[in-house]
Amino acid sequence: MVTKTVTVVNEQGLHMRPAGQLAAEMKKFPGCTITIASGDKTAKATAVMQIMAAGLKKGSIVEITADGDNEQAALDKAVELFESGFGE
Amino acid sequence: MKKYLGKGVYGSVAIGKISVFKKCDAAVTRIHVEDTEKEKQRVKAAKELAAKQLTEIHEKALREVGETHAQIFEIHLMMLDDDDYNESIENIIDTQSVNAEYAVALTSDNFAGMFSSMDDAYMQARAADVRDISNRIIANLTGANTDSTTADEKSIVCADDLAPSETVSLDKDKVLAFVTAHGSSNSHTAILARNMNIPAVIGVGDSFLAEINEGDTAVVDGFTGEIIVSPDEQTLKAYTEKQKRDEEQKKLLQELKGKENITLDGTKINVFANISGIDNIGAVLLNDAGGIGLFRSEFLYLENSDFPTEEQQFHAYKRVLESMAGKKVIIRTLDIGADKQVDYFGLKKEENPALGLRAIRICLTRPEIFRTQLRALFRASVYGNLGIMFPMITSVSEVERIKAICEEVKAELKSEGIEYSDKTEIGIMIETPAAAIISDRLAPMVDFFSVGTNDLTQYTLACDRQNPDAEEFVDTHHEAILRLIEMSAQNAHKNGAWIGICGELAADTTLTETFLRMGIDELSVSPTFVLKVRDTVRKTDLSK
Repeated sequence: MVTKTVTVVNEQGLHMRPAGQLAAEMKKFPGCTITIASGDKTAKATAVMQIMAAGLKKGSIVEITADGDNEQAALDKAVELFESGFGE
Repeated sequence: MKKYLGKGVYGSVAIGKISVFKKCDAAVTRIHVEDTEKEKQRVKAAKELAAKQLTEIHEKALREVGETHAQIFEIHLMMLDDDDYNESIENIIDTQSVNAEYAVALTSDNFAGMFSSMDDAYMQARAADVRDISNRIIANLTGANTDSTTADEKSIVCADDLAPSETVSLDKDKVLAFVTAHGSSNSHTAILARNMNIPAVIGVGDSFLAEINEGDTAVVDGFTGEIIVSPDEQTLKAYTEKQKRDEEQKKLLQELKGKENITLDGTKINVFANISGIDNIGAVLLNDAGGIGLFRSEFLYLENSDFPTEEQQFHAYKRVLESMAGKKVIIRTLDIGADKQVDYFGLKKEENPALGLRAIRICLTRPEIFRTQLRALFRASVYGNLGIMFPMITSVSEVERIKAICEEVKAELKSEGIEYSDKTEIGIMIETPAAAIISDRLAPMVDFFSVGTNDLTQYTLACDRQNPDAEEFVDTHHEAILRLIEMSAQNAHKNGAWIGICGELAADTTLTETFLRMGIDELSVSPTFVLKVRDTVRKTDLSK
């Protein structure tokens, strides 16, 4: 299991589009459980509705955890997405 | 003839026959089933069909409303594939041995409920998205016809509410307008309607649908939000004329695109726009405003729950300047008072907020706030053509202090190696009688004046703008106001300064000729009035 902490940089937080992007990218790592946690909210990183329901705003500190096949690659990809502001 | 009132979403008048949108909200009944596998297969098939339908809708949206607004359908496709959503449906089928329709409906209620209860307006609106895709799946399951109208001729589509996908699916060629009983003007549906240029009125209420009949003639006024069903001859005639005038107006105003703001006798004047946020810039450019005569910087403070940082402000100002690509942008420093909701400022409650610690007075008594804004402004100045304007000015000493602080800020930036533009114009608002009366002393100190006629009228006529009881005592064309403006104009020009008007009076086309005669250099109005003012200028002849 590997983990890293990132900050949400997107102006509108993790709204529909970045949530969808995260879910789509994380689904490319089957056999790996990836979760994001911030405060008392957690979400499966492959579930777009859960991610949106977490309501992560700009500035939220998020802990990403990946556990399973290819966990480091999954984590790195997730971190890259967050840090690049999901291309916004 | 019956009248109804809702919210107009797109300004245009439509006259035609009503066609009622049949919503396929076939009441979902809970049915016990034996073959749960079969139900899960039905869901799968319905979902696949839904995905196909949504892809088509997405493509139609891309063509008709552009990528930004079409994106929601991409998200709908993703939601369709969401693990939790699908697991929920399958679980319900398995554990309760029920039909697919029920499982989807229950899942929809649960997820929509979850989004509705979040404390974020954006997330609350997502509930509608969940319902939209779920209803589509259910419609596919029941085999209901999802085609909105079967009308052959163009009609006014009336519905309880329209989901985003239903709005986009409307055949623009068959729809004269649409009217819904519910809905919000910030919903995706409204946004899509605006972008599709379909006149629409929403939130007309339930009685409307109950009382209308298929084929009734109706008038839809997208400007006022009025619907008139079965209008009498007089009303119909009046609206047909309104529609004609509106179309002529739209045509004429398109003809003005790119034309100079010059009177028939050759007098030029600048026509600029007033805006309150970065989102309005599109309207400014669309209407050919020559620049921004008033950029209200308050939104940066009002939208935040704490003081906007220098970085945040710098980025906002930079964006406006860049978007206006060299056209003048005049940014007014923060103009708030105790009457506005900015708790974090810690402003004490005042008996007379209009006469109290507000605007420039806050900036001068709390210089850290002032300096932050000025630093951000000067830093941004290199990205375009910037003018900085100071509100609520009443004295020479105020202006001296302001200018001294500006010099300090510039020196500070210089010592930090940060660039700023020396060409940045400095101006003041003439919105107090004091400023107008001593405008001869103020003019030599600044590059320009801008008359804030709303406040100037209030302070000069000693009348509260917001007080409906005092309304009859307010004469916006009062000689006192016009004299103060003329005085300020003369003093400005005697001292090499230019003068503009950014208050509501600038848009009053009955005064355009008066202002032109006074030699006013610039009129700055709300984007929707820009073309009207330009048209009036071009039709004026001062030699007559």
